[in-house]
Amino acid sequence: MQSTADAFEDLRKDFPVLNRRVRDDKKLVYFDNAATTQKPNQVIDAISDYYQNHNSNIHRAVHALAEESTEAFENTRDIVAKFLNVEDSREIIFVRGTTEGINLVAYAWGRDNVKEGDIIVTTEYEHHSNIVPWQLLTQEKKAQLKYIDIDDNGELMLDQLDDYLSTGKVKLVTFSHMSNVLGTISPVEEIVSKCKNAGVKVLIDAAQSVPHMKVNLNEIGCDFFVFSGHKMLGPTGVGVLWAKKEVLEKMSPFLGGGDMIREVHKYETTWNDLPYKFEAGTPNIADVIGFAKAIEYLEKIGMDNIRNHELELTKYALEEMKKIPGLTLYGTKEPEKRGGVISFNFNSVHPHDVGTIIDKDGVAIRSGHHCAQVLMEKLNVAATNRASFYIYNTKEEIDVLITALQNVAKVFKL
Amino acid sequence: MSGDPIYTEMIIEYSRNPSNFGKIDNAHIHQHDANPLCGDTIDLYLNIDDNKISEVKFDGHGCAICMACCSVLTEMIKGKTLDDVKKFDKDELLSELGLEHLVKTSPVRIKCALLSLKSLKFGIYSYFVDKMKDSESAGNLNEEAANLY
Repeated sequence: MQSTADAFEDLRKDFPVLNRRVRDDKKLVYFDNAATTQKPNQVIDAISDYYQNHNSNIHRAVHALAEESTEAFENTRDIVAKFLNVEDSREIIFVRGTTEGINLVAYAWGRDNVKEGDIIVTTEYEHHSNIVPWQLLTQEKKAQLKYIDIDDNGELMLDQLDDYLSTGKVKLVTFSHMSNVLGTISPVEEIVSKCKNAGVKVLIDAAQSVPHMKVNLNEIGCDFFVFSGHKMLGPTGVGVLWAKKEVLEKMSPFLGGGDMIREVHKYETTWNDLPYKFEAGTPNIADVIGFAKAIEYLEKIGMDNIRNHELELTKYALEEMKKIPGLTLYGTKEPEKRGGVISFNFNSVHPHDVGTIIDKDGVAIRSGHHCAQVLMEKLNVAATNRASFYIYNTKEEIDVLITALQNVAKVFKL
Repeated sequence: MSGDPIYTEMIIEYSRNPSNFGKIDNAHIHQHDANPLCGDTIDLYLNIDDNKISEVKFDGHGCAICMACCSVLTEMIKGKTLDDVKKFDKDELLSELGLEHLVKTSPVRIKCALLSLKSLKFGIYSYFVDKMKDSESAGNLNEEAANLY
């Protein structure tokens, strides 16, 4: 596939929802991709095919359906591993999403390894899912939670990380690969290398990065890596936690129950091998199988092509938005340092009002705090508007957004 | 949505110039509430004299709908008895601003509209229970507030 705008526009036919009309028969312009992406027919059909032709529980029964289902489910694990350049697919743990993945680490690794006085370092631009689990853990353990602040450009102030690491008390540094509000791409290499030098574990929340750029886990060198399938064309309810085998093997289990055990006796249990030790209960079989199709779809386009396409859209949108009087843009001005996420405020109009007014023109953006209230506090706003792009978006759609925003000014007589 | 306007002249005007905006120091009732969806917060302040609302103010951050509803609500309850206020219901507030349709058309935005009333009901409930030690008079205000939307 060529990385031309035409080739990307051609993808739209695979996404039935993009043909929808909304409100007053307006063409849908879907710019809420950082919240969740739309699904192509390939994914929808795979889920439907699973229920119509193969539905069965996995890993135990020996009948035909069970074997087919097990194979398709486990095949996804291999596809995920290959996608991330992970050699051993037993390091791929299926979870419900990024939130569950981070909670798994906080619970299963954190409770065994974090003690009173220890420090967990996170950042000011984290999603609540990478703050609250660590608050729960540090409160329980009487440990400390510290933040790397952001500067006026929306970038992390890494000298603070040096200060924290120099205390010798840091057990884990956990951060977003890409901010879900500012779009800032974190300097992963630099953070990981600082932490490795200090012998500190690193968790990367990749919910906003894996869908949009090439990621090579063999090179990154972090200890935990978490993301969600539904933000990358896949179904909701599927996410991935990756960690090194040696780390996972030493960790206590997260949920107890079926499939995660080797032998259960009245008062003691031994654990199953990886990855099953962390996958208690019947997993989300159909959606995991659908997720494989999402990854195949993205790989066919090429992650570098996707990144370039979004960069083009982001540059164009930033240019056009700068022309609107009274519009405040958040985050770095350098498009190369950010993903396809643009947060903004428009004069003093509340984001909810902006969202409702442009929704009339069929434009779907997100208005609110984006589950990042710590960042909102830093920016000194209650909320922002956020437009976020994906493979099927076009420059023409950005033009629709711009016109819709001009309409907001009219309604509020600005 | 076309048939049911939200951003009427009145709403826009209230959002720019809210009524009773401000704070009452040492108010008899101070109720803080937030909309977890959007991060909006309001603080409602009431003074009660002779079983009547003698003074009322609010401040906080909110969208046009939220600001307009807070404005109108505070205008409507000023001088009313606590019994009147206990009976005050959401239709009275919404119809004042022509927003009755939100109940059906926008389950999200209705929360913006009713944050004001929810705070009022919780505030009066706490006043009866905590300050007056009169849970009977408080009635089911707490439950009512919790079930507003």
